[in-house]
Amino acid sequence: MKKTFKLDELDCANCGAKMEAAIKKIDGVNDCTVSFMTQKLTLDAADDKFDDILKQAVKVCRKIEPDCEIVIK
Amino acid sequence: MKRKQKKVLIRIIISAVMLAGLKIFAPEEGWYCALMYAVPYAVIGWDVIFKAVRNIAHGQVFDENFLMMIATVGAFATGEYTEAAAVMLFYQTGELFQSVAVGRSRKSISALMDIRPDHANIEIDGVLTETDPEEVEVGTEIIIKAGERIPLDGVVLEGESAVDTSALTGESLPRTVREGDDVVSGCINKSGLLRVRVTKPFGESTVARILDLVENSASKKARTENFITRFARVYTPAVCIAALALAVIPPIFAGSWLTWLHRALIFLVISCPCALVISVPLSFFGGIGGASRLGILVKGGSFLETLSRSSVVVFDKTGTLTKGVFNVTAVHPERISEARLLELAAYAESYSTHPIAKSITDACNTDIDRRRIGSCKELSGRGVKAEIDGLEVCAGNDKLMDDIGVKWHPCHHVGTTVHVAVNGEYAGHLVISDELKETSAKAIELLREAGVRKTVMLTGDSKAVGEDTAKRLGIDEVRSELLPADKVEKVEELMQQKPPKTALAFVGDGINDAPVLSRADVGIAMGAMGSDAAIEAADIVLMDDDPAKLAAAISISRRTVRIVYENIIFALGVKALVLILGAFGLASMWAAVFADVGVSVIAILNAMRCLLTGKADSKEVLFKT
Repeated sequence: MKKTFKLDELDCANCGAKMEAAIKKIDGVNDCTVSFMTQKLTLDAADDKFDDILKQAVKVCRKIEPDCEIVIK
Repeated sequence: MKRKQKKVLIRIIISAVMLAGLKIFAPEEGWYCALMYAVPYAVIGWDVIFKAVRNIAHGQVFDENFLMMIATVGAFATGEYTEAAAVMLFYQTGELFQSVAVGRSRKSISALMDIRPDHANIEIDGVLTETDPEEVEVGTEIIIKAGERIPLDGVVLEGESAVDTSALTGESLPRTVREGDDVVSGCINKSGLLRVRVTKPFGESTVARILDLVENSASKKARTENFITRFARVYTPAVCIAALALAVIPPIFAGSWLTWLHRALIFLVISCPCALVISVPLSFFGGIGGASRLGILVKGGSFLETLSRSSVVVFDKTGTLTKGVFNVTAVHPERISEARLLELAAYAESYSTHPIAKSITDACNTDIDRRRIGSCKELSGRGVKAEIDGLEVCAGNDKLMDDIGVKWHPCHHVGTTVHVAVNGEYAGHLVISDELKETSAKAIELLREAGVRKTVMLTGDSKAVGEDTAKRLGIDEVRSELLPADKVEKVEELMQQKPPKTALAFVGDGINDAPVLSRADVGIAMGAMGSDAAIEAADIVLMDDDPAKLAAAISISRRTVRIVYENIIFALGVKALVLILGAFGLASMWAAVFADVGVSVIAILNAMRCLLTGKADSKEVLFKT
């Protein structure tokens, strides 16, 4: 499943790159891109564990850039 | 400016005033002086230090807050109070500039691509009500007033108006629509009132698909972009280690610890990778934005990058270089009447969606009575086989005739020949020809000027037609009589022959060439207003039918890539220079901060050129001849 989320307050391009690298390492993630320009996160992960993976991704982001938040609709 | 940015600005001003006051009235000596300078430093830098400490707690060591903290605290420790506070001030100013510049450019690029309609007018009990386009169902009648954006795809029931399609196609000449015409969402209704029946839900409408494509374009990152993020991951630790070495090794031999420590701190400031990481995606984003203004949709930075390297351009003929509007130009029956031949051919082709089939049914000019057709089978790349009034009718090209073992003879007219056989006997043929697009010849010329080395045309048509078309357009090479599957093979063959490190671009109209579009290095579909298949399969979509846009797309891609390289070389060059000067004690910490945030701001401004010159330059390319 592939879903796109908005990122709030992503202020630095390098943090975005770091977040992308870290999310890619989460188990079950097929692909992930963080776009600094559009302030968006695209997460492609296994269907059955998607919510779980998303929670982990939120955690990882908080660790790297506490000001930035993944907006979950 | 956002609230957050305003707050930073106020802090910058307060801190700058305090620092200037201290510089004038207070002497820079003694421990109490350090305390005084600590005040403006704290005002401007408390959040950097807070973030640095917090991020270390999270296990993020080499982040820019941390580096700035070490550098300025180090400057304090070595007694350079003014410098410590001023460098922090300068850094924050640079960061502010950067965030404002990025915000601005993001906004102006997004504005270009903002074609989202905000409402649809529905008549409820005689009253016009504004509704969210997403809630409008298929079949609903909507009213579009003059000056409004068309919210959903549909067909005009009543009214006549000029429609501005420039947001989608870049074409500034308005299109006239009247009763029965299709209208496409995202265009602007210029003059009259239109009553439109919605034919597609918002999610499948043209505007929604384009928006989706544009929004996802940033997720397909270019090679340079990935390279630079990987580079940044190595760069920062490497410079930090160099800083450590600079602080420790030379003093062992030469002494003067303080001097070397100060130089090491300069290294730390330069080690921030942000200028690099930010400028590359921004440039691509700008290039994509500029292209979209001309009606060229690029699905990602990576495709812009590949397109810039293209040396071979392969065209599909029908619908790409020619109008794809066929007319029956000759009817040569054998043993039966002209009308009968045309009628049989029209019935046989009546279920086919191929443009040639359509032209035959149009030429026949009678309503098709479907009850007369028994079975009907389409043979890809050959023709059709159908049962009409109990007769077995085969209509198609030479290959079909050979397959069913019917003797045929070629026609002296140049065009596509459709042979007809009835019950295994030759009944004659029809000649169909297609018109060239007005801009095709110019497009080939412009491509050559843009540095494309070879142009190739692929066609399912006969050799005579293919060669005739190629000659008139000035195309280098023709491969004719190809089945759709052969086209993939030919493209693969051409891909092997192309010069190394260059790319092959394939341009098609998205009908039956989806496999080729995805096989080529860059697949470009044109005339996408309404064709779902083209938008799906292609990497780049030319929204209108003009092949000359291709040259504009290539020149935009080349300029974008050039700007990307300029930024990378500029940022790395300045950083390297300041590193070297810093190591020999020739660069101050001021220079180092400039090499960090100053370079970022310049790179961002340069990246914006991708967008700003977009229109002027491509116009020049388009209208040079």
